[in-house]
Amino acid sequence: MSQEALEGAGCAVESDNPVLPFLRQDRLPHIWCPGCGIGTTVNCFARALQDSGMKLDDVAIVSGIGCTGRVAGYMNLDSFHTTHGRAIPFATGLKLANPKLKVVVYSGDGDLSAIGGNHFIHAARRNMDLMVVCVTNHTYGMTGGQTAPTTPQGATQTTMPYGNFENPFNLPFLADACGAVYVARWTVYHVRHLARAMKEGLAKKGFSFIEALAPCPTLYSRRNKLGDGVEQLKYYKAKSTIKNGADTKDVGLTFQGDIIVGKFVDRERPTWLDSMNGHLTKVFPGKFTPYGS
Amino acid sequence: MSDKPATAKVKGTVSVKPEVCKGCAYCIEFCPTKSLEFSQSFNRKGYHYPVLARPETCTGCDLCGVHCPDFAIFGRRLKPGEKA
Ligand code: SF4
Ligand code: SF4
Ligand code: SF4
Repeated sequence: MSQEALEGAGCAVESDNPVLPFLRQDRLPHIWCPGCGIGTTVNCFARALQDSGMKLDDVAIVSGIGCTGRVAGYMNLDSFHTTHGRAIPFATGLKLANPKLKVVVYSGDGDLSAIGGNHFIHAARRNMDLMVVCVTNHTYGMTGGQTAPTTPQGATQTTMPYGNFENPFNLPFLADACGAVYVARWTVYHVRHLARAMKEGLAKKGFSFIEALAPCPTLYSRRNKLGDGVEQLKYYKAKSTIKNGADTKDVGLTFQGDIIVGKFVDRERPTWLDSMNGHLTKVFPGKFTPYGS
Repeated sequence: MSDKPATAKVKGTVSVKPEVCKGCAYCIEFCPTKSLEFSQSFNRKGYHYPVLARPETCTGCDLCGVHCPDFAIFGRRLKPGEKA
């Protein structure tokens, strides 16, 4: 495509996209399918980083395995691509070894809530100072579309060919019940809200959880005859209601049903490190030096 | 205080990198002013990419840019006097 032809088509051909400094440009284009919503969440995350004004050296990103697990490898941050489900324990170690870092866990619903489900509930319970972004596409994309703990009842998957009959997780409710201090859900239709939530998560001390609903057109949508990525975003647009402060027990998802989005929880609790420092200072008066504060 | 007439409309333009576009149409579908359309031609991977079909209606809001999963487009405000 020549420059003249592009300009003739009404487009400038500059490449100074404001998100590029936040990405490892030598790794692009990324591997995600056309219309995969993961890329849109990354775009929002890059803008959150930009708006936060944080130095990229002060942020680290950790992913598990899966399509969303690739995110860590595309960000221009110190990043770790860990084993399946283990992003949170790895990030916990990283945070405790270097408490000044902002550590972000960025992974998929299957990785975080199935394989890593136990780590997830305990990190929230301890109020470990991590920001967890969960891209929920209701399936295991990388391995071929198996049923995930977030697959809505009635949706068809390779391992549920007659439709899923299991009760899915309501992840914001789970995070809230375990003690997360910040819980929000948006979709990749709500890009500005999602970017703002990520910016708030970056600034929040403690366990913050942001669920981003995103289409997997290749497996989830195709198997369920839901059309392409645009069709899923149109569904998000039509069926989403913004309810900030909604009771998280009411925000469960159903197959192509209504979606409640918003910031559900924003509260203060001592982090794990604060609790340890406070406790040991009391137990060993004058002898204990608080760590990392 | 701005001395521009109150009716002055915000004008914008987009930049597109056709070679990394995967033709998902998010930008085209969710542009609030419907300023974009698919190109007639294909990129090297065989995808149609967006072109600014109606430059006069683009406000530079960059919603196309935030939606793009492939970082292939972004919108920006035109500087005073700048032509799209
Ligand atoms: S398989 Fe699904 S989740 Fe994975 S890259 Fe493709 S569309 Fe995205
Ligand atoms: S900048 Fe805004 S108005 Fe212009 S093409 Fe993009 S979405 Fe449409
Ligand atoms: S949103 Fe991006 S990848 Fe999709 S059609 Fe537009 S420019 Fe291409």
